[in-house]
Amino acid sequence: MAVRTRSLFALAMLSGGFSLVSAALFVALDAVDVAFTEAAVGAGISTVLMLGTLALTSRYERAPAHKPWLPLFVVTVTGAALIYGTLDMPDFGDPNAPAMRHVMPEYLERIPHEIGVPNIVTAILASYRGYDTMGETAVVFTAGIGVVALLAALARRRRRGEEEES
Amino acid sequence: MQQGVSWEYLVGHANYWLFVLLMMTGLYIVVARGNFVKKVIGLNMFQSAVIMLYISMGKVAGGTAPIFPIHGEIDPATVYTNPLPHVLMLTAIVVGIATTSLALALIVRIREEYGTIEEQGIWEAEQEIAARERRQYGEVFGEGSQ
Amino acid sequence: MRHHLILRVITKILAGTIMLFAFYVQFHGDYSPGGGFQAGVILAVAFILYGLVFSVETVQRVMPPWLVHRAMALGLLLYAGTGVAALLLGYNFLDYAALNAHDPEHGQELGILLVEGGVGITVTAVMLSIYYAFVGRTPVIGDEEW
Repeated sequence: MAVRTRSLFALAMLSGGFSLVSAALFVALDAVDVAFTEAAVGAGISTVLMLGTLALTSRYERAPAHKPWLPLFVVTVTGAALIYGTLDMPDFGDPNAPAMRHVMPEYLERIPHEIGVPNIVTAILASYRGYDTMGETAVVFTAGIGVVALLAALARRRRRGEEEES
Repeated sequence: MQQGVSWEYLVGHANYWLFVLLMMTGLYIVVARGNFVKKVIGLNMFQSAVIMLYISMGKVAGGTAPIFPIHGEIDPATVYTNPLPHVLMLTAIVVGIATTSLALALIVRIREEYGTIEEQGIWEAEQEIAARERRQYGEVFGEGSQ
Repeated sequence: MRHHLILRVITKILAGTIMLFAFYVQFHGDYSPGGGFQAGVILAVAFILYGLVFSVETVQRVMPPWLVHRAMALGLLLYAGTGVAALLLGYNFLDYAALNAHDPEHGQELGILLVEGGVGITVTAVMLSIYYAFVGRTPVIGDEEW
């Protein structure tokens, strides 16, 4: 339905609902921090931004001009390749999977006496992977500057220009 | 793949297949649809599928959320879910919304320049501009005007 | 939004509660789910909600755009500054043990608090400035057409 509908308003609302449902999925997978973020970001801010964009552009999508067979073929081939790739993956919830073996036991062992912060996610986020998080913050900052430069700065210049003209 | 296809194998891998399906739905929207807002939503679906894939890889059967008890001893028998994917995906979501808003800002600017947010409409507008310029400069340079 | 009395009253009650919750998430993030990224987004949501129901001008009287734009950089500088402070104290970059030489564990906690604060400030400011940027444009669809 999300693929076929041409009303972008319905689409924005659906994607907000999708975020809320995926937040519930993250809770079920024990990722409470991620669920928290997804609920706040996906269902809150991104819906507002989508609606803001729609108000500035248009509400409906034009009917597609091409037949969907080529994209469908591409997507099917890619999906088949990805599924072939998952065949060797460890089972869901397998405690002996490679992802659980290397750094995770070390973190769990070191955090209680090295950092003293009970929330393991916060401890790793801010301390062990501090560089990483600083980079992410810088990316958020850069994206913010980009949006301001694209929309706000130009509007201000235009307004000033109009004032000078009048 | 030596053990053949058993019921456990199917159940243990169905999550990956579902996420692949979701990811391909997003990819299909990006490739097949011409509306830019819709493309951005498709990219978001793609991103969500990747995030879910990582989170589901970190799940340990019988595990609990990775938060130690505040006071008291840590029970060594407690199994915690792998916190590392959570850390990575948590930041990925916030970076994702920031870059999404950058894309949406670009769409707004495109709409202001071209008056449309459809791929087809922009192509038509570009053709029009090219034709106008060819006419204009063809006269100036005296080249064959067709 | 002038006629929606219930919406306006509820928003007035909710905005403060959401901000309080954001600060709880920010400073209790060491012990429970939460942290700078989530708190930043939630705090921004409080302002955005108020701006949606009332007007952007009301919000901008509290958080003027110049303040928000400077806060974006301030948060990142706070983060990087914590790292540089550790560097100047003779430790590695972002090694928070430097902040308390007697008890490295307390140093770590202080460092995490500062860094999460920086993240929170940046995320709030970025989300708010994105919102300001989008509502600063003139919409092509009127309120009645939705």
